[in-house]
Amino acid sequence: MQMQFAVAGMDFGRAGDATARIKKTLQLAGMEASTIRKVVIVAYEAELNIVIHAYRGTLSATVSPEQVKIEAVDEGPGINDIALAMQEGYSTAPPHIREMGFGAGMGLPNIRKNADKLNIQSEINHGTRLTAVVYNHQKLG
Amino acid sequence: MQKYFHSVKLDEQKCKGCTNCIKHCPTEAIRVREGKARIIEERCIDCGECIRVCPNQAKLALTDGLEKLQGYDYKIALPAPSFYGQFKPEVSPSSVLGALLEIGFDDIFEVPVAAEAVSRAISAHLQQEHPRPSISSACPAVVRLMQVRFPALLEHLVPMESPMEIAGRLARERAVREKGLPPEKIGVFFITPCPAKVTAVKQPFGGSSSVDGAISMTEIYGRVLRRLEGRPVRTIDPQSSGLGIGWGSAGGENEAVKTGSLLAVDGIHSVIGVLEEIERGGLDDIDYLEAQACTGGCIGGPLVPQNPFVVRVRMRNLVKKHGSRSKAEFPGNLDFYRLQAPIRPRPVLKLADDVELALTRLEEAEKIAAELPGLDCGSCGSPSCRALAEDIVQGYAQRSYCIFELRQRLQILAAEMVELSHKPPPAMGREWKQSREGGGHNG
Repeated sequence: MQMQFAVAGMDFGRAGDATARIKKTLQLAGMEASTIRKVVIVAYEAELNIVIHAYRGTLSATVSPEQVKIEAVDEGPGINDIALAMQEGYSTAPPHIREMGFGAGMGLPNIRKNADKLNIQSEINHGTRLTAVVYNHQKLG
Repeated sequence: MQKYFHSVKLDEQKCKGCTNCIKHCPTEAIRVREGKARIIEERCIDCGECIRVCPNQAKLALTDGLEKLQGYDYKIALPAPSFYGQFKPEVSPSSVLGALLEIGFDDIFEVPVAAEAVSRAISAHLQQEHPRPSISSACPAVVRLMQVRFPALLEHLVPMESPMEIAGRLARERAVREKGLPPEKIGVFFITPCPAKVTAVKQPFGGSSSVDGAISMTEIYGRVLRRLEGRPVRTIDPQSSGLGIGWGSAGGENEAVKTGSLLAVDGIHSVIGVLEEIERGGLDDIDYLEAQACTGGCIGGPLVPQNPFVVRVRMRNLVKKHGSRSKAEFPGNLDFYRLQAPIRPRPVLKLADDVELALTRLEEAEKIAAELPGLDCGSCGSPSCRALAEDIVQGYAQRSYCIFELRQRLQILAAEMVELSHKPPPAMGREWKQSREGGGHNG
């Protein structure tokens, strides 16, 4: 099953709404608690990246019994150096965003920590496409 | 056998089938069917929100009555911290405790004393490696909320017994030691501010409880008050410190734990907000989260007799007066306080046991939810249109339960009937038409 949500840049009031909907879906589907936790972190950081850095974008989740795929596609400035952005603490967020407690440079590192697969494609002045997969490891026994 | 015990029950006589309770339940555990509210046992966390919002007092908390004391040779009362703040300032805690001995108890053990001991254990725990933030396990409604809605956060719970459990254990041990009684002859009774604690006694997280029963604070309050108005009672010097008593209102637990950076949240819907934030990976700069289902903390419990705002002031004064260290001594071994068994998830929200089937149902529910009016009126008996859609795909409800859809279908049906009525059978040709037109002229 697939679901998709529009995410608006700078709309901090609603940041996290799409993630909350995805979480509810995974609970209703009966996915493992550990899977849900990882997906929630990945989806929220991806959603927040759109809110902080992009003009607009979409967050989508594709759910199957084996895995959850999170895709965040945005129109925005793009990422100049993806390897650098992956480093903990590296951030291009302006001071007023940091003052709100966001943009600490932990977004992409957190996504990488929680995703089993991660792919980021970015084009400067055009936008970014992030694809992350979390496997639903069934507990044995 | 009943799978779950619940303190929160419905009084069928009083329930009018209104939809107040279904809309406030934090786990969407109530449906109205055949004009009465039904509690879905698996989902109910005994928080008591429905008791609070029911305008007809149809929701009640099942507690133990004082008659249960008769099954024991030696009866010990465990007054909760919130109990101390129920009385006017001129009534001393020593006479309140003394009055308990005159309404049927042989001894008391103050839960605030255990609360102080538990605070120290939590503080020691926080100085070791721990998930951030660690979450208090003292409020059983919050713990059950997490089992149902936040199973991935259960590992954040501090693995310590609640002050009530510790008090029960210490009380029984003391009676065995000092009175030489066999443990089973001793009855230990908690004076409870809420139904969640009753359930914690009847269906404990760790498999067994040290407490034999839970009696409503409102009931005990009435009896103590009546007793205090009569001839002077015996007095018992309270052993509790302000730190222990403080646990009864929001923020008091953190005040006693006092280790690292602390956050306190009260009110079940606010608790949900904070837990959601932790689930998203936030608040890892916090060491400890005090979380209480009732607004104001335990003094806001559904079974507390006095106004929580008045009690809060009294509690603050009591905390000041009773200092920061109790006269009692408690076990220093951390293992004494540890939870007997890990707290397991209760994944009751899923639409089917099989993920594949659940996903199929979910897609179906999405489709239905998109077609429903989205007013969340509750007239169908489910808390929201979305919940109705989920109920339908599980076979618990039907599409026709939606009164707006039903009305729409009736309108279409009515229009079709009018249209049909204008189509006369050929055999009724001219005469029928004339009679209709004639009728029109006469009118």
